[in-house]
Amino acid sequence: MTGLEAPLALFLLVNLLAALIRAARGPTPADRMLAALLFGTTGVGVLLLMAHSREAVAMPLVDTALVLALLAAIAGVAFARRAWQAAGRDDDAA
Amino acid sequence: MTPLEALSALLLLAGAAFYLAGTVGLLRFPDVYARLHALTKADNLGLGLIALGLALQAENPAAGLKILLVWPLVLVASAAVSFAIARRAHELGILPAGAESPAPPAPPPEGEARIMPPGDRA
Repeated sequence: MTGLEAPLALFLLVNLLAALIRAARGPTPADRMLAALLFGTTGVGVLLLMAHSREAVAMPLVDTALVLALLAAIAGVAFARRAWQAAGRDDDAA
Repeated sequence: MTPLEALSALLLLAGAAFYLAGTVGLLRFPDVYARLHALTKADNLGLGLIALGLALQAENPAAGLKILLVWPLVLVASAAVSFAIARRAHELGILPAGAESPAPPAPPPEGEARIMPPGDRA
């Protein structure tokens, strides 16, 4: 525990907030989905950092990070294979 | 601060820098294909460095291995997801930035995995 964990987790959260700009701008549904996938990757990083800044709940948070990684992958594949149907429809296609 | 803790802090900071690079790339890159690169390369390297830095501080080897186990899972998952999204974008006729020809490729039959013909593999 170096004392860096909580500030870095906060820094990653700020990154997530910045990525929301991309989700708002688009222009394709995939760009919005990319922001959601970033929540998966960065969320795993935040959870791992938090697991080490609070020793008492370490293992459950690492388990949560594993589940979040898996769910982000499933969401991304389901989006690409099923939800994203037509080009040109900017919104509401996903 | 022991040398191990210093190394761990260095890895954590490097990981955060890669996360920042990934976010900047997601905001600045011109098309969906380039943004996939920012997301699936830079961010996963950042996650790997952070996992490594945290595993160095683990109190026993099992906990450290479990943290390191997260990284290959995310790597494989993001490779599969970025491939699926890039292929779908290509099928839907989304052009890379700077490409000129407006002719989108014909969408393949739904639900079929397309296999490269044997002649094209060499």
